[in-house]
Amino acid sequence: MTAPTTASPTAGDDEDLTAAKEHADAFDQDVLPTPPGATGTLLRSLLAPMKARVALTTFLLLLQQAAVQAGPLLVAYAIDRAVPAFREDDLGPLIAVGVGYLGCALAGGGLQYAFLIASARVNQDVLLDLRGRIFRHAQALSLDFHERYTSGRLISRSTTDVESLRELLSEGLQELVTVVLSFLYISAMLLWLDLGLGAVAVASFGPLYLLVRIYQRRAGRVFRTRSTAIASVIVKFVETVNGIRPVRAFRREAVNEADFRVLNQRHERTNGDALLEMARYVVGSRLVANTAVALIVLWGAQRVADGSLALGVLAAAVLYLRRLYDPIDRLGMFLNSYQSAAASLEKIAGLLAQEPSVPEPTAPQELPARRPGMPGREVVFDGVAFGYRTGGEVLPRFDLTLPAGQTVAVVGSTGAGKSTLAKLLARFYDPTAGRVLLDGVDLRDLTTAELRRGVVMVTQEAFLFSGTVAENIAIGRPDASREDIERAAKALGAHEFISTLPDGYDTDVRRRGGRISAGQRQLVAFARALLADPAVLILDEATSSLDVPGERAVQAAMATVLKGRTAVVIAHRLSTVEIADRVLVMEHGGIVEDGTPAELVAGTGRFADLHRAWRDSLA
Amino acid sequence: MPTTPAPAKDRSAVRTLLRLWPYVRPVRVRLFTAAAIAVIASCTGLVIPLVLKWMVDGPVADRDSAGVWLGALSLLLLGAAEAILFGLRRWLVARPLSHVEAEMRADLYRHLQRLPVAFHDRWASGQLLSRGTTDLMLLRMFLAFPLTFLLVNSVTILVGVTIMLLQDWTLGLVVLGPAIPVMVTCVIFENRYARVARRAQDQVGDLTTVVEESVLGIRIIKGFGRHRSQARAFRDLSFGLRGTELHKARLLATIWAVIVTLPELAIGAALVLGTVRVADGELSAGTLVAFLSTALALRWPVDSIGFLLAMSQEAATATERYFEVMDAEPESATDTGTGTGTGTGTGTQERAAAPGGDGLRFHGVTFRYPDADPGSPPVLDRVDLHIRPGESMALVGATGSGKTTLTALVPRLHEVTSGWITLDGEDITAMPREELRARVAVAFEEPTLFSASVGENVLMGAGGDADDGDLERALAVAQAEFVHALPQGTGTQVGEQGLSLSGGQRQRLALARAVVGRPRFLVLDDPLSALDVHTEAAVEAALRRVLADTTALIVAHRPSTVLLADRVALLSGGRVTAVGTHHELLNTNAEYAHLMSGDQEADRR
Repeated sequence: MTAPTTASPTAGDDEDLTAAKEHADAFDQDVLPTPPGATGTLLRSLLAPMKARVALTTFLLLLQQAAVQAGPLLVAYAIDRAVPAFREDDLGPLIAVGVGYLGCALAGGGLQYAFLIASARVNQDVLLDLRGRIFRHAQALSLDFHERYTSGRLISRSTTDVESLRELLSEGLQELVTVVLSFLYISAMLLWLDLGLGAVAVASFGPLYLLVRIYQRRAGRVFRTRSTAIASVIVKFVETVNGIRPVRAFRREAVNEADFRVLNQRHERTNGDALLEMARYVVGSRLVANTAVALIVLWGAQRVADGSLALGVLAAAVLYLRRLYDPIDRLGMFLNSYQSAAASLEKIAGLLAQEPSVPEPTAPQELPARRPGMPGREVVFDGVAFGYRTGGEVLPRFDLTLPAGQTVAVVGSTGAGKSTLAKLLARFYDPTAGRVLLDGVDLRDLTTAELRRGVVMVTQEAFLFSGTVAENIAIGRPDASREDIERAAKALGAHEFISTLPDGYDTDVRRRGGRISAGQRQLVAFARALLADPAVLILDEATSSLDVPGERAVQAAMATVLKGRTAVVIAHRLSTVEIADRVLVMEHGGIVEDGTPAELVAGTGRFADLHRAWRDSLA
Repeated sequence: MPTTPAPAKDRSAVRTLLRLWPYVRPVRVRLFTAAAIAVIASCTGLVIPLVLKWMVDGPVADRDSAGVWLGALSLLLLGAAEAILFGLRRWLVARPLSHVEAEMRADLYRHLQRLPVAFHDRWASGQLLSRGTTDLMLLRMFLAFPLTFLLVNSVTILVGVTIMLLQDWTLGLVVLGPAIPVMVTCVIFENRYARVARRAQDQVGDLTTVVEESVLGIRIIKGFGRHRSQARAFRDLSFGLRGTELHKARLLATIWAVIVTLPELAIGAALVLGTVRVADGELSAGTLVAFLSTALALRWPVDSIGFLLAMSQEAATATERYFEVMDAEPESATDTGTGTGTGTGTGTQERAAAPGGDGLRFHGVTFRYPDADPGSPPVLDRVDLHIRPGESMALVGATGSGKTTLTALVPRLHEVTSGWITLDGEDITAMPREELRARVAVAFEEPTLFSASVGENVLMGAGGDADDGDLERALAVAQAEFVHALPQGTGTQVGEQGLSLSGGQRQRLALARAVVGRPRFLVLDDPLSALDVHTEAAVEAALRRVLADTTALIVAHRPSTVLLADRVALLSGGRVTAVGTHHELLNTNAEYAHLMSGDQEADRR
């Protein structure tokens, strides 16, 4: 039962308050700045790798339209030529009509099939690419982004927003190309059949274009609001489902329902608005089309009547006209999915435009080989300062050296900057000044893979992924064998509870570990860290839910399995501090005491106070 | 990642879709009117060729200018009528259909809030979310298009065919020829498509789950540098989805090809035959033009049947998925729970309310998760425990011994398998859940804050009559005065869409929420685990005053928390094996001593 709040922020301490103000508006209203033209660039970059296939698909459609649009021409030919020829016992033209129609029908069907398959391939590959990009980018973005963007919105980006692009690609684009092609074909045919009639038909495109533009502008607005509306529905939905226990216990059902109703109705309204815009467009465009048909028939019929036009030509022209305007509804549907997809793409582009504030190095360096018998590494904070971009320094400039193999406990009250120190060391954030060095190498010069071989951080929220217990432990080292996994679990005393699970290590933890207690989850999280075998281990409140024996087991494991590693332990329990070689006491972002536990206890400083209070609590 | 329980029954698409009726019912008048209008509009379109025929055979042949004008004018009127009718149809259903979608979503949400916690344990939230979004959008589209147009197109085809048969029955029969093969193809295709569509929708749900987990677990992924393997899992799933979608496309392409080719062949045959008969003088040129123009006008209605059926099929799958959740049994306001009181054989007299306050009692409470193997050992096995009125009892046990589970039984987040629990002598299954949860306040180990202000988050633990004084008192008890330093004080937004607070801060707010309503019964699950020593000591001092007249059950891991309580109960192997004061147990119970001190020697003593 991971709480929704763990989804977002948690993290740190009071210092996050300042950070939250930054960009708060853009984040609150779900309107991240999208650089101008980013949407188009995104769409182009998605389609660029499949230029050849897009061309092939278009070509197939070109042929298919040629086959389909030949019909009325054959009708005109049949009426004007085959009928008189047949009367003179010339079967040639009739056979030509028959064979031509047969050929067109078969070719039309076959090409349709080929086109649908080809376009589905292109569409699915584009979607695959886009889904992957969003996912990878979201994963690459640093924690400070995740702490503000909320999981619901990210989910909305990669589900409903991608879905609207899917609709555009699978139905819309095909519609558009079909519409454009048949417009071109039919206009050409009409002009060829009769210049005058064709000209009237082409003239009707003017008002149609105007209608399209108006629709595009109005619907665009509506769709953008709708995309935001559905995202907030999703956020509420996810929050409720993930926090179902407290929802129940505090009888939030009615209040939630009322809140949800408001959000849901906002979505309903914008949804209705979108459908109404479409209705307006349909009426307008149909009116234009039908008026044009009536005009052309009027003029054409007059000319047939006075003999300046063949009957067959008028028949063909009328048949073509019906087809010419047939796709205008479909053009509407295309615009519909285009507008909706454009709104979604804009949001996706905004997400993709976010730069990770903790970027990968351009010229990566490698860590020096570990010294034999010394698995730990030296950590140096060299003139490090940290503050959020809005200002407000959280950690004033400081220097700190942690020799390889030292276990350092960091204590201090909430908001003293302990977590920030840990996050700088884990490179969840980069310092605003100075460098953090691991065996002399700046963390910023290490690739993620190299960094994580060096530094691993275990936090108090022990999130379990769906999958088995073994898979969850193996996150620490994906290539670990079952023996490795069990050894890690045994070292922590986690083996016992895992063996009592229905399928042992292969038990599915289901929905984020609803059945595995908080303490057990922390043990699994520890097993991960043990398996990862890092040079530097950071524990941020990682034992808060363990009972005393559990905590002892972890300490024993640290003393044996992790012996010689550099460890930074942030703990409220001073029992953890007992195993430390060195204690740092932090206050207001600074280190106010530094020494061995014995020295500090014997002294008169804050740690001595804390220690006395803790002793008393054990009484 | 199979996160969806197997689909229940195999129903036909139509029967599944009929389940939507209760939602459609309120808008039925508009929906049916819209369908009727669409039918009329479509038929108007079919009259246009007839006018053409009349013009070609009449005024055009007779060179009657007035007749031509008349014909063109009627075409214009018919055209305008068609446009307005189609617009009217859309206007009629725009709001109602959005409303249906919203209603269904609201119902799903309401239902999810009332489903047992055990249900949520089983279902990935991504699967629930995809039902609440993508599936419902599909249903709205189904009601807007396929439903109406399957009807409209059928009528249009029927009328069109009648018109053609009336004009010339031989040509009509020729055109009708492909009807049966097309229908057969549709039926075969429908079944296959249904299966693939269901798979695609489930895969979308699984994909949603991975996205969600990768966001919620971002710290672990980053902490271990595992975004590659996470991305690989995601890629595998999206590749799977791509395969299914391509399979769908192949099925759809086949049906399209058949539906497009066969009628076109028939029209070609009719054209040849018609030409011969016009040449022979058996048929007027106008009739042939009208006939072909009608046949071509029917092309879209016929062509579209393929994708309309496909959309209907997807809608049926979406309906099925929706009702999989809606059919799950919610907890009702009052009921006797699942299997309560059975199997113990105790008389009902014992359950009668004891006089006055009796505190909190567990009577032979056995619990096994509903989806667990019935033969497996229960999590809690005949637990008997009595917490006297005003007493606070600490619950101690090894990690995973069932402490949290036991606390979840009191507010009935889970139902006891057998045995029963009483509050002041009253069986908790006999009182409305609402009332039970109002009487018992809970603080969970993982403190969840909702997207609301700090003040609202705390006050949701009290009834509607709590005021700022109560809020301040509760914040003082929980040592949560830090909220006053937040940007907007107690009005600061927190939770998913608000400010981030540290674990200790959230825990203190959750504690304030539990005590703000001055509850008679308090259940605290390791409420101080994330607090530093100073804060913990201060909270304990304040909490002692609150606990003085509250009946409380407190899950404790540490001596400091245990000392808050008057007595301690030791949970071991699913049973309460010892009850006593901290010092009594420390001296007499080796397991307890081990849990409290961590010393192996204590174990052996």
